[in-house]
Amino acid sequence: MFKLIKQLTSFIAMLAVLFAFTTEAMAAKKSKTLKNTQKKGFVRCGVSQGLPGFSNADASGNWTGVDVDVCRAVAAAVLGDANKVKFTPLSAKERFTALTSGEIDILSRNTTWTLSRDADIGLTFVGVNFYDGQGFMVRKSSGITSTSQFKDGTSACTNIGTTTELNMRDFFNSKGISYEPVAFEKADEVVAAYDAGRCDTYTTDKSGLAAQRTKLSNPDDHIVLPETISKEPLGPVVRQGDSVWEDIVRWSLNVMIEAEEYGVNSGNADSMKTSENPAIKRLVGAEGELGAAFGLDNEWSLRIIKQVGNYGESYKRNIADTGILPDRGPNELWTKGGILYVPPAR
Amino acid sequence: MNFKLKKIIPQLITLFFVILIFGFFTFNAQINMENRGIEFGFGFLSQESSFDVQFSLIDYDGSHSYARAYLVGLLNTLLVAFIGIVIATILGVIVGIARLSPNYLIERSAAWYVEFFRNIPLLLQIFFWYFAALRALPLPQDADSIMGVFYLTIKGLYTPSFVWENLDIFIYSVIAVLISITVIRIYARKLQEKEGKQLPVFSISIALFIILPLLTFLIGGVSLNFQVPVLKQLSTTGFIYEGGLRLPPELIALTLALSLYTATFIAECVRAGIQGISKGQKEAAASIGLTPNQILKLVIMPQALRIIIPPTTNQYLNLTKNSSLAAAIAYPDLVLVFAGTALMQTGRAIEIVSITMLTYLSISLSISVLMNWYNKSIAIKEK
Repeated sequence: MFKLIKQLTSFIAMLAVLFAFTTEAMAAKKSKTLKNTQKKGFVRCGVSQGLPGFSNADASGNWTGVDVDVCRAVAAAVLGDANKVKFTPLSAKERFTALTSGEIDILSRNTTWTLSRDADIGLTFVGVNFYDGQGFMVRKSSGITSTSQFKDGTSACTNIGTTTELNMRDFFNSKGISYEPVAFEKADEVVAAYDAGRCDTYTTDKSGLAAQRTKLSNPDDHIVLPETISKEPLGPVVRQGDSVWEDIVRWSLNVMIEAEEYGVNSGNADSMKTSENPAIKRLVGAEGELGAAFGLDNEWSLRIIKQVGNYGESYKRNIADTGILPDRGPNELWTKGGILYVPPAR
Repeated sequence: MNFKLKKIIPQLITLFFVILIFGFFTFNAQINMENRGIEFGFGFLSQESSFDVQFSLIDYDGSHSYARAYLVGLLNTLLVAFIGIVIATILGVIVGIARLSPNYLIERSAAWYVEFFRNIPLLLQIFFWYFAALRALPLPQDADSIMGVFYLTIKGLYTPSFVWENLDIFIYSVIAVLISITVIRIYARKLQEKEGKQLPVFSISIALFIILPLLTFLIGGVSLNFQVPVLKQLSTTGFIYEGGLRLPPELIALTLALSLYTATFIAECVRAGIQGISKGQKEAAASIGLTPNQILKLVIMPQALRIIIPPTTNQYLNLTKNSSLAAAIAYPDLVLVFAGTALMQTGRAIEIVSITMLTYLSISLSISVLMNWYNKSIAIKEK
């Protein structure tokens, strides 16, 4: 009798272990980050400390910008409301630690996609939402119109903890020019020091230069030089190890770009449900079961387009209409001469 | 036996919990790093850093390793701490004594200085010196020279640099002077103890300091030339000075802010130390015929120092740690270079932050040990 009980208990224990393993395996298919986000009721998003056009908070604390819109799109997809985002402003130095330590779930902070960042430190880049390149800003009165006019002893103001610091070295070294790097922790201090005349040039991503130029005491006295010295594909980043969450963020961005390609925008999204084009019907959730693949309903993409808009709308609202970079340049669709090209959502 | 056990057990329990807590944190970090695919290791230190630093005491550029970048940051931190401590001490002693001056004007202005500078947050003062004071400085091309060779501009203070010939001979002569002064001092003390005679040690020392190095110039083949900074045009409105030595404005602003701030606290320590000596000591010294100078040197100061040193050590430690605010104004100290740029480029947060913390801890402990040793050497030797 005693033996029987002993055997029975061990059998039950084995069963329990087996059961635990199978449920564990089943749960792994659903994203842990997604589950946590739905439980909390908001998307935790890391943004910059204030870069007009990309992520910038107004006086009443409303965040706007193309980087902000990526997080809003994810919130619309997984929570049904683009406003359910908690933004955490981060310095360049803090951003990756905040993501890897789990303080935020998406880092959408004009972050350059590089091999070492992608492979080395527990991060995964999901796409590119802005193609940028590093440039230089100088005073008009200096008479400099090209980077070839820089001379030995030029002092360059910039931010620490960015690819900018590395590109700057590559650039000046390749030209054989000795230079003085003056690297600050925050962008506002870079602007103040450059404005005061501490540096001959201010170097960072060109979109950043255009945005920071508006903060100078006399923006018209400064020009951004035409040369671009590096490739800076900026995009959202997630933690390594949750591939479903990674897919959700990637396709939330891709849907915005694809929507622009097919002419679907926040105004006409509902009426597009009856479109003849199956690609458009898939995009607005009237055909196929695309959401099921990451455990979402079928209207996830429709919500993104309706609440946040397509990429073109986001760009116009945040970057073009604010006068930062009216010309879309490489950030135009591939069909219109740009390099925005995303895999089909099907 | 029982009594001993009672004493030991609480300590053992405390130790157990300390180890438990540390163990938990290490374990927790390990698990989480593994989950997120982050590896732990110090191999990155030997990798090429590929970023440049604005100001370095040793030869460095981006082709050197991260370890070397760490050294650059460390030396810059030590430099600013050292200069800051020297200036703060000199200024602090002067202001501290001035606060006890019978002259109303001197006493009041010293008090105002102390109350003003110690009550404004240090970071604000650093910003003030860097941004507000910097903006007031002229551009290099508009700068008037100071004594024909110094130029204080928005891009830094340009000074002539020394061009030495046979510098080693000069250094040997200085070492020789230092040794002979020590010998003379020992001899003078013995002479006083034995025969009561006093040698003018101070005048002899000064004379030695002037004569011996001068001799190396006259007959030792040592020569010193100055390289004066010269204006150079970079663009229509962009200028710098070339040749000579340049102190970056970040260094100047930081040392200024740190030493002006810390000097206020040191001044208070000095005042407290001097006021802590009872009046009777001074009067007694005067009654046996010592001059005011001798009273200060032989009676007041040796006793006051015992009160001054321990709190002043605190201020030295504070200054050193406060120097990490340098990151705000682009002075490339340990925090900016290593815990900033290097951390960002490698993503090795845990490794780099621990190294940085250990470094500050070691610097602080070294200062502590040094000051404690000095404190002990001037303490009353009770028998």
